[in-house]
This record gives sequence, C-alpha cells and structure tokens, in this order.
Amino acid sequence: MANSKIPRTTPRQSATFSLDVNSDIRRAAATGIYDIRGGGAKRRVPNFDDLLFMGASISRYPLEGYREKCDTDVTIGGLNAKNPIKLDIPITIAGMSFGALSGPAKEALGRGASAAGTSTTTGDGGMTAEERSHSDKLVYQYLPSRYGMNPDDLRKADAIEIVVGQGAKPGGGGMLLGQKISDRVAEMRNLPKGIDQRSACRHPDWTGPDDLEIKILELREITGWKVPIYVKVAGARPYYDTTLAIKAGADAIVLDGMQGGTAATQDVFIEHVGQPTLAIIRPAVQALQDLGMHRKVQLILSGGIRSGADVAKAIALGADAVSIGTAAMIAIGDNDPKWEEEYQKLGTTAGAYDDWHEGQDPAGITTQDPDLMARFDPIEGGRRLRNYLKVMTLEAQTIARACGKSHLHNLEPEDLVALTMEAAAMARVPLSGTDWWPGMPGSNF
Amino acid sequence: MQTFDLEEKGLRALHETLRSVGPDSNETAWEVVNAKGSHAIAVGLDAPLDVTVRGSTGYYCGGMNKQATIRVDGSAGPGTGENMMSGKIVIEGDASQYLGATAHGGLIVVKGNASSRCGISMKGVDIVVHGNVGHMAAFMGQSGNLVVLGDAGDALGDSCYEARFFVRGKVKSLGADCEQKEMRPEHIEFLKAILAEAECDASPEEFTRYGSARKLYNFDIDNASAY
Amino acid sequence: MCGIVGLFLKDKSLEPRLGELLTDMLITMTDRGPDSAGIAVYGNDNEGRAKLTVQSSAPDADFSDLDRDLGKALDASVSIRVKDTHAVLDLPEDKLPQVRAVLRELRPDLRIMSAGETIEIYKEVGLPEDVAKRFDISALTGTHGIGHTRMATESAVTTLGAHPFSTGADQCLVHNGSLSNHNSLRRELARHGVEVETLNDTEVAAAYLTWKMQTGSTLGEALESGLDDLDGFYTFVVGTKDGFGVVRDPIACKPAVMAETDQYVAFGSEYRALVGLPGIEDARVWEPEPATVYFWKH
Repeated sequence: MANSKIPRTTPRQSATFSLDVNSDIRRAAATGIYDIRGGGAKRRVPNFDDLLFMGASISRYPLEGYREKCDTDVTIGGLNAKNPIKLDIPITIAGMSFGALSGPAKEALGRGASAAGTSTTTGDGGMTAEERSHSDKLVYQYLPSRYGMNPDDLRKADAIEIVVGQGAKPGGGGMLLGQKISDRVAEMRNLPKGIDQRSACRHPDWTGPDDLEIKILELREITGWKVPIYVKVAGARPYYDTTLAIKAGADAIVLDGMQGGTAATQDVFIEHVGQPTLAIIRPAVQALQDLGMHRKVQLILSGGIRSGADVAKAIALGADAVSIGTAAMIAIGDNDPKWEEEYQKLGTTAGAYDDWHEGQDPAGITTQDPDLMARFDPIEGGRRLRNYLKVMTLEAQTIARACGKSHLHNLEPEDLVALTMEAAAMARVPLSGTDWWPGMPGSNF
Repeated sequence: MQTFDLEEKGLRALHETLRSVGPDSNETAWEVVNAKGSHAIAVGLDAPLDVTVRGSTGYYCGGMNKQATIRVDGSAGPGTGENMMSGKIVIEGDASQYLGATAHGGLIVVKGNASSRCGISMKGVDIVVHGNVGHMAAFMGQSGNLVVLGDAGDALGDSCYEARFFVRGKVKSLGADCEQKEMRPEHIEFLKAILAEAECDASPEEFTRYGSARKLYNFDIDNASAY
Repeated sequence: MCGIVGLFLKDKSLEPRLGELLTDMLITMTDRGPDSAGIAVYGNDNEGRAKLTVQSSAPDADFSDLDRDLGKALDASVSIRVKDTHAVLDLPEDKLPQVRAVLRELRPDLRIMSAGETIEIYKEVGLPEDVAKRFDISALTGTHGIGHTRMATESAVTTLGAHPFSTGADQCLVHNGSLSNHNSLRRELARHGVEVETLNDTEVAAAYLTWKMQTGSTLGEALESGLDDLDGFYTFVVGTKDGFGVVRDPIACKPAVMAETDQYVAFGSEYRALVGLPGIEDARVWEPEPATVYFWKH
C-alpha cells in the first residue's frame, strides 16, 4: 500500500542514457537504419573560446583603430601557379554543393564573397553557371564522386581543391541511405531520379600521396599551370597529412576540424570521427615549419569558425586564412528563429534544424523546392554575408591592433593564453597566469 | 605527321604545342616518341587531333580528353582516359587499373587486357576490351557501356546504377546489385555497331548482358547485408 | 608512400650489371619516394662465409679496427669493406648466431642492416640518386636485388625507417602502401618474442613473415597467411637467398608492374622504372593479380 508520508527521491536522468541517447536508440529500433543529418559536431569540444589574447600592456603597445593600419590581405597558392588567388580578407567560403544548397543560396554566397573581396568554393555536384558568374573568385572542388567534373569548368576555375576528406566525415563516403536525389540534381549528376545517394570514400583513380603527386601533375597540365591546387583534408592525422600533401605538390592545404559541417552524413560519423579544429592547427603548422614551407604553402583552417576572434586565433596559431560554411549559412538566414513555427511543424526548433537532406528547409536555403526557395532573396542574402564578413574582419583587426600588429599575419602563438588544460595542450600556449602547458618541451608533463 | 620527342622537349612543351594547333590547321596528326612510361601524356586536349604515342604510357594518358583520337602503341598505365568527355582512345597493349575512370563520353578500346576497376564510376563512356578485365569492373558505374570479349574478374558492376555491361567470356562473380539481364534486339544492334568500331572479331550473340538489379536504389533493411 | 623496384636475373651474364640496372630503376622512382632510399643486393656467395651489413652515424670511429676486434672476439678471420656510413663484414658462417651479441659489446651504437650468406643492404636518408652514389650501388654484382624509394607516411624519415627491412637471415621486405593494424600486430609479435626496432608498419610486416617462417611456414605460406593477418593496402616485394616474391593485398590499389624475358624478371611500381632494361620492348609485361603470391627462385 502506498504511503504518501515516505519522501520520494527526485527523478534523475542518466548522463549515460540521456534523453537524447534514448531517442537515438528508439529511432534505430524503429527504422533499422542509422540517423543521417547535416552540420558538424554539435557536442562541446575544446575550441577557440578556451583561448584568450593578452592584448597590450606596458611592454606591448597597441595601434590606433582606423588610422594606424592593420592589413588583412592574403595570397593563396603562389608556390607554383601563374595566377595565385589574392584575397582582401583571410576568410573564404567553404565548399558547399549546389544540390545541398539551392541556386539562390549559392548566388547569395557568391555575391557576398565577391563584395568582401574573397572566394567561394563549389561542392559535390560541380560548377553551375550562376555560381561562376556571381563569384569573382571561385575554387572548384575535385571530389571522389567527380559529379559534373569536366575540363571546361576546370579551366574556368580560379583554383582547384582536391578533396581527400572533410572534418564531418574523415574517410567518409559509403552508402548514404535515405537521402533522396531531386530531379535537377539527378540530371546534373547523371543519376537516376528519386534514389538514395551513394558516395565513394576514395578517389576513383588514385590512392595515396605517391599517386596524388601524379594526379596533381595531370591537373596542372590540363590547366596550363595557371591555377593553384589546394588539397583539402579532415583533421585526422594533421602532421602526416600536411607533410604528405606538401610532398605531393599541394600549393595550399585546407584543414577541416570536426565542427565542420556537411550536407548530410551519418550522425555517428560526425560526432565520433575527426578531431576538434583547435587540436589540428599546431601539428599542421609544425609540419609546414619542419619542411620550411610555412607561409609558402598556405594553410586554410575550417570547422566552426564563428567570429573575428576565431579568425584571429586561427591566424595567431599559424593558419594563413580560414574558411566558413555553417557560419555563412546562418548569416544568410539558415535556422533563423523567424521560421520557428515551421521548425516546430518539422519536429525541431530554430538552431537545431539539421535534416537538410530532406529538402524542406523553411528558410529556402538547403532545399530545391521552388516554393520554399522563393522565400529566399539572394541579393539580400549576399548583402547579409558581406556584412558578416566585414564584421569578422573588423573584429579580427581590432584584436590584432590591440596586440600591436599592423598585419593580421603578425599575430603569433605567444599572443595567446589558454583557460583549460586541454586547450593549452592542443594550442601549445600557456595556461593563463602561468608559463606552462602540458607537453611543453623540457617539462615533465 | 608531326613528331614530338617527349624526352627532349618535356611534357609542358608537348601540351603547349598540341593546344596551339589551330582549328584551320592541317597539322592534326602527331606522334609522340620517347614516351618511356611518362605520366599525363596528351591530357586535356580539346580539338580533333590524332595523337599516337610510340611506346607505353604512365598514369592518366588522355585524361579529360575532348574530341581527340589518342593511340597508345604500347601499354597504358593507371587512369588512362580518366574523365574523358568525347573522342577516342585506342590502346594496342594492356591497360592498367582505373581505365576510363568517371569518363562521360567517347570510346576507349583496349586490344589487350584491362586491369581492375575498369570503368570505375563511368558516366557515359563506352569501353571495349578485347581481352579480360580485372576485379571491381565498373564499380559504381552510372551510365555508358562496358564491352568485354574476354573474362571479367570478381565483383563485376558492383553498386552500379544504369551502366550496361556485355561480357562474352566468363564472369568470376557479380558485384552487389548486379545481375544478368536479357538481351533484346536493341542490345544486339548496339553491340554490332560498337564491335565494328572497335575492330572486334566477335558477334553480338556471343555476349551476355549485365546491369543493375536496382534493389539498392532505395534502402530496405532486408538488403542490409549487401552493404 | 613509395616506389619499389626489383630485379631477378635468370641470365648469369647480366650479373655484373645488377647494381647498374637497379640503380637506374631506383632513380626513376624518385618522385614516389624522395625522402630516403635503400637497396638489398644478393651476390658473392662464398662457401662457408657469411656477411653482415652494418651502419653507423660515426663510421670513422666505429669501423676502424672493427675487423680486427671482431675477429679476435669471435676467434675467426673477419674482413671489412667500408662504404660511406655502411660496412660489410665478412666472417665464417658458423659464427653468425653469436655475432649480434658480440657486436653489441664491441660497438653498441652500430646498427645491423642485414645478415646472411649473400645479402647486403644499404639504406640512408636522402634522394635515391645520392644514396646510390654514396654506396656505389652501380658497381654491385649479384643474382637478384630489391630497391625502395620512400615517402614516409606515418613514421619518421630516418635511416632505420627506410626500407628494405631485414628481420631474418638473407631475408628482406619492401612495401608500398599503408597498413592499418600494425600496432596491434607489433604487440602480438612481441608476445611471441619477436621484437622490432622502429614504429614503422613495414618492419612489422617483415617481422611477421620472418616469425612465420621461423615457426615452420615456407615463404609462400607466410605470404598467404599475411593476406589474412595484415590489414591495409600493400604491395610487398620480399627477398630471400634464392629469389624474390611479390604479393598485393586483395583490394590492390597500390600499383605493381612486372616484366619478364629469358634474361630476367623485373618489378616496378610504375612501368617507367622498367624502360631502361635490356630487351624491354619484347618483354612480357603484366600486373600481378590481387591476393596472389608470386615467387621466382634460382
């Protein structure tokens, strides 16, 4: 018999079998298939928030904002190409496919990037005419699928980015089930309509850096040695990957951490394979320095870059530039709370919406549905992106000036301190208030 | 016939020379000597040239070819004809792996054998192999035709979409979602024409057709073992 | 990654040219492997005698009087042939089992590159052309040889990290590719008493084959069981006293080209490596099948 006088403990949820985890298990039990979603790693990992700049003091003097210059330009790919890419700002737009994004969304990215003096990148699916016409500087991705790849577009590109992997899915590909191919996309990719899409995880005609070297030679010959060749890789083994990419002949390395987004892949891949963006920079820079190639082969870092502070920190740790994907999408309107009612109908909420592969994006960005697409204004989107890029640049300059730098590239690791042991170890900068980090040479730890 | 000594002049000069041949020129026939297994010979051509390589080639000969006819008077290395858009490549000897990888159009003919992953990810090219093909032929092949007069190795047409395969000899094993198909009059017609163009001593009736069973087009948990 | 070359001579009249032909093949593979190079040559079989190839980073100190010191410690006649950072010690065959322990006492910093009746291994950091010059490889004669140019993937660019790896008498292995379970295998081998010196994946494969052969397998059987036990991508070329073997993993993405005439059987990662061989225009040229062991012996 129940005795209402006996106090009950408060109901407590398990950290191991949390509500999120339990819903995953139920979904798997119901469907028999893994969960697919877009975006990058959502769980908290050590990141740039765990680093701080020290700023000016009595020993270091700041520069006046506006009057005293702080330059932001960077040139990518000067090592071998006749026409390296000159960017006004060290922030580029990362590869996102037409197919994953709508045509107007790609147009907005092109407009915004061009207004800010930087580049955009094609994605899996090839180059569209609109994309080429709206982007002053367009990087053409060369992916394992080779959808839409052809020599004419290759020669229209300002740079070529050989994609070995990306942060969301290092080594990924596999049979990406449950992602429907829309009609226009099917046509562009030469695939049957309405089927589940499969992605190859390796390139069809080369395996390994020794072969990659020959592939790079071929691409240079096809494009008359005019354009830079980037190699994009996830942050799996950054020291070795950077070394090998350089030995294979890359003009620039694009390194993508696990917070980097994808249009769609298995959730388990996104959250459990790859390394945090913060963790992959120093090993990559070490590789560049060991080969005497730092600043000669450029390092572009991506994966969860959000603000001018992130830009400045990435550059301080040795990157030449950063690339944004998710942030650019949010800037132009993805996951905006103004569509909250529609997100609720989809069983989600603003900020959490990631089932982009289902093509029902209320913001009209990650969809091919004409009615939804009509909600998105590419000119306004372009303006928003340009604003956002400008703000990031100004933020980075503000920080750099406060550190006494007349060029963003003069930021260095010694301008930083860390708030946590992990961040200190990964960034190889001292814990705030100390002169030590875990793994520091000469230290016992 | 113009002669180009690759050893003496180098690869960049070869491509600059070939690409400078104007549309009204009658210097469209070229032979490349002293190839010595070099890589990326005659890549990215975009004109109705006729280029013969005397000797064997390394990787990627004829890569991204448009319009040109490229003949290899020897054997060809990995990735020959990769991403070809149109035109023709004829290999007198054998072809290494990844022949015609992800190619969109045109015709590739191999008089000898082709190795593994022949026609991988093919997107519209036609490939005719007088001899055998190795394992994983036409893996993820999307469209186009692979015609094999000899035998095929393991996993023919694994994970293919709508590419078609015609094999006269034995098939060691079929890949995931690849099955035997019936031969209909249109297939016989197609084979008759392509076998003639590829100078094959074979008749269409000797071939068996294979293609996608289309069971993996949409996920079904019961097919999970195929993955 | 890497480039591999190999040459097995059927025609004795070519033996004086073995080093010269291998050097040419090796240098052609420089693009695939600019970091370091190594070569194993099998030659000069003297009845009752064995050879040890050793390496030192302080050759003047380590090699001076080494023949006399070693001869005294073994109570045997020992001669030495010095080549740059390497030296070949010639000693009685029956002294081979003791020599490692003795050498460790006499010259603790010396590294043993190979031991056996006919094998000599030379390997160093640097461009293949420079490595070949340092050891005057083109002057070497013999019955067969294997060479390797290295682009290190996950382990360091060091002398010891270069291939060929020798983990048994007259045995050596070179590798193009990347193994994925070598760390676990290394620990497993250690439990069986088989130690390796580096963290290199290839050395683990070499030790695995040696261990298999020590425990009763033939080379062919060892390579067969390797197909099950070694995971990853690989083209292996293995050398033994009598000949050499080739095997590719079942996926067979890493390249391999062979050429055969009445005079020789040759191996190269690319056809380019074979173009200088005599009679190549009429040779039978083919690619080894995946997961198939090939072996040629005298």
